[in-house]
Amino acid sequence: MTVQASSERGGIDWVKYRPLLIEAAIVGAIALFLILVLPALLSGFRLTLMGRFLALAIVALGIDLIWGFTGLLSLGHGIFFTLGGYALAMHLKLPQPPGSGLPDFMSLYGVTELPWFWTPFYSFSFTAVAVVVLPALMAGLLGYVIFRNRIRGVYFSILTQAATIIFFNFFNGQQQLFNGTNGLTDFRTVLGQPIQNPGIQTSLYVLTIVFLIVAYALCRWLTSGRFGRLLVAIRDDESRTRFTGYNPTGFKVLVFAISGALAGVAGAMFTLQSGIVSPNTMNIAFSIEMVIWVAVGGRATLVGAILGALIVNFAKSLLSERFPDIWLFFQGGLFLGVVLLLPAGLLGWGRTQGVELYKQLMGQRRVATYPSLEEDPEVEHERKNLGD
Amino acid sequence: MAASILDGIFNGLSIGSILLLAALGLAIVFGLMGVINMAHGELMMLGAYTTTVVQRGFRLFGDGSPLFDFYIFFALIAAFFVAALVGLALERGVIRFLYGRPLETLLATWGVSLILQQFVRSVSGVVTASLIVFCLSFFGGMWVLKKRTNFEQIRGWAIAALLILSGVLARVVNRLLAGAYGLAVTQPWFGAQNQDVTAPGWLRGGIPMGAYQLPKTRIFIMALTILCVLGVYLFLNRTTWGMRIRSVTQNRNMSACLGIPTQKVDALTFALGSGLAGIAGCGVSLLGSVGPNTGQNYIVNTFMVVVVGGVGKLIGTVVGALGIGIADYVVGTGMLANLTNNEAVEGFFRFFATTSMAKVMVFLLIVVFLQFRPAGLFPQKGRSVDA
Repeated sequence: MTVQASSERGGIDWVKYRPLLIEAAIVGAIALFLILVLPALLSGFRLTLMGRFLALAIVALGIDLIWGFTGLLSLGHGIFFTLGGYALAMHLKLPQPPGSGLPDFMSLYGVTELPWFWTPFYSFSFTAVAVVVLPALMAGLLGYVIFRNRIRGVYFSILTQAATIIFFNFFNGQQQLFNGTNGLTDFRTVLGQPIQNPGIQTSLYVLTIVFLIVAYALCRWLTSGRFGRLLVAIRDDESRTRFTGYNPTGFKVLVFAISGALAGVAGAMFTLQSGIVSPNTMNIAFSIEMVIWVAVGGRATLVGAILGALIVNFAKSLLSERFPDIWLFFQGGLFLGVVLLLPAGLLGWGRTQGVELYKQLMGQRRVATYPSLEEDPEVEHERKNLGD
Repeated sequence: MAASILDGIFNGLSIGSILLLAALGLAIVFGLMGVINMAHGELMMLGAYTTTVVQRGFRLFGDGSPLFDFYIFFALIAAFFVAALVGLALERGVIRFLYGRPLETLLATWGVSLILQQFVRSVSGVVTASLIVFCLSFFGGMWVLKKRTNFEQIRGWAIAALLILSGVLARVVNRLLAGAYGLAVTQPWFGAQNQDVTAPGWLRGGIPMGAYQLPKTRIFIMALTILCVLGVYLFLNRTTWGMRIRSVTQNRNMSACLGIPTQKVDALTFALGSGLAGIAGCGVSLLGSVGPNTGQNYIVNTFMVVVVGGVGKLIGTVVGALGIGIADYVVGTGMLANLTNNEAVEGFFRFFATTSMAKVMVFLLIVVFLQFRPAGLFPQKGRSVDA
């Protein structure tokens, strides 16, 4: 009714948008907290970590989009993450102005001429586009060749995992082009400013938060409308979605490409803050770790993905500092525990069992079936008279 | 020319047979349960470590003694059983709760693989003792509590309490032992460094064949692979349990209706697949040193074998493994580059003629192949496939 009434008035319907506005206000408040308050609370070291982990939260959003909502378990997001990182690092390694020399590592391998594909990275605007488009294209291509044959489930996971190894091998082997195992590091300036400058580091931190919010808004927009419902439909029953007249292939390729683009942005921000990009982030372990962040937070909940990425990474940095020898036990245990005990993640648990536990603790009776069933007089009548 | 082709075929077959040995167990498990066991490589690693242990044991008889030369057969059997037991525990403890959710199984088994990797690094006398104490107290406690009539009600609390109690007990035992005996029990048995396995005397060297030497270890692995494939084929097609496994693979629900104990079949199959991984581990330990990360080197390639081969038939795995092995070798050595006179084509093949770049090429070939045969060489047919 309200919708009708307001559309007659022709103004903006504030009632309809109220939940969205509240959400936006909460997001804004958290962002302000992260930017203004947190630097005062955390030590410098932890704050840098926080900045990096916020970058990782962006890739977690991407994983959530394809795994939580579309049901595609990608073990290849390390590729897109690292590609984004390399795209930016190539720009940072090129001495400005254009044509004034080679990246420093190339002279070690006796390269005298800049490889052709490095040239466009002189331009910052090209780089900024490439950070998003390059991983998205790669993901789209990989997705297209896999999805068009209706390869799915674990086969998809295996193929993305194999692709990870392939890219790892490729970047490792090409020393003259990408400095091999060592990766690209030792960045000096970004946009003419020294990168180690505290002001620059702070603005990178703020920029990461901004990107995270944009990514969150994008995922929120994608998953709330028809598109989101279609993704969930593909996840829950792909054949039925196909029979209803949709072709899932295009949607899957699209969502995989978007997810890859998010990973690329995350990789670029991570590279800027950690000061290195190397093929090591393309290994299988890191790609699977990304999945577990989402699993810990809660699949198909965007907030869960962000929370999971932050929690797991902080736990990782704390635990691996204290118990470097047996850190893998914790990590393995985390994988097992989340899958076996918390299949819906922390957020999912909080929404269902957590609420129930709270009610139980507060002394409310637990309803074992549907509430409406308990109140239905017909059901009660049959229960009394018919028995089991 | 002919010699180099022969050489290529032999080496390719040799690489392929290792792949096949490693992928055999994986293919069976995947075919039956749709479960991708990420810990398969670590089960291989356990088999390889078992080999080193058996070898250390046989060293007691003296290096040159005739008995030492036959340690490998004992090692094969031991590796099979160690890996099978660990696989059985894995199936009973983790995987059976996750049937029908293959992606979750993938994550859980990855966790197991991490734990196993760290386990061989840090296993020592005291760790083993605490582990035994933990298992005894936990499962003993569960066994006692299960006899109570109200077990179902207190189940959750009982498990939590027992976990904490056994954990504390194990920790105490750990501390006490470490305090009493010191380095003698806290010293890791293997540590992070690689272990070396020396092949028995009769497997060292090679058989000269024309200008080439065929290494005897490679021939041994080929023979082992043939034996394993034959054994698995006979087991699946000639025994009652094999028939049950095939039946559950084809239609789980119908098999259950007909009285086949599907849970037992699952456990048995998983144990069998794991045991085969153990044998594979024993085989690859002859090729080089064995480390905690040994399994990781094989895992992706063996998955590709399963993808290429399809899950329907054993023959798919065989052809897939040998095909990938030969392709890997042929591309990796730049053989194709030598065959052509065209400069551009030669340069193209030269670019891929290293071990790591050959993998890139083989992956591309596999992706192209899947464009034509998305379900692999020998796909399962029928209605139950796309459930």
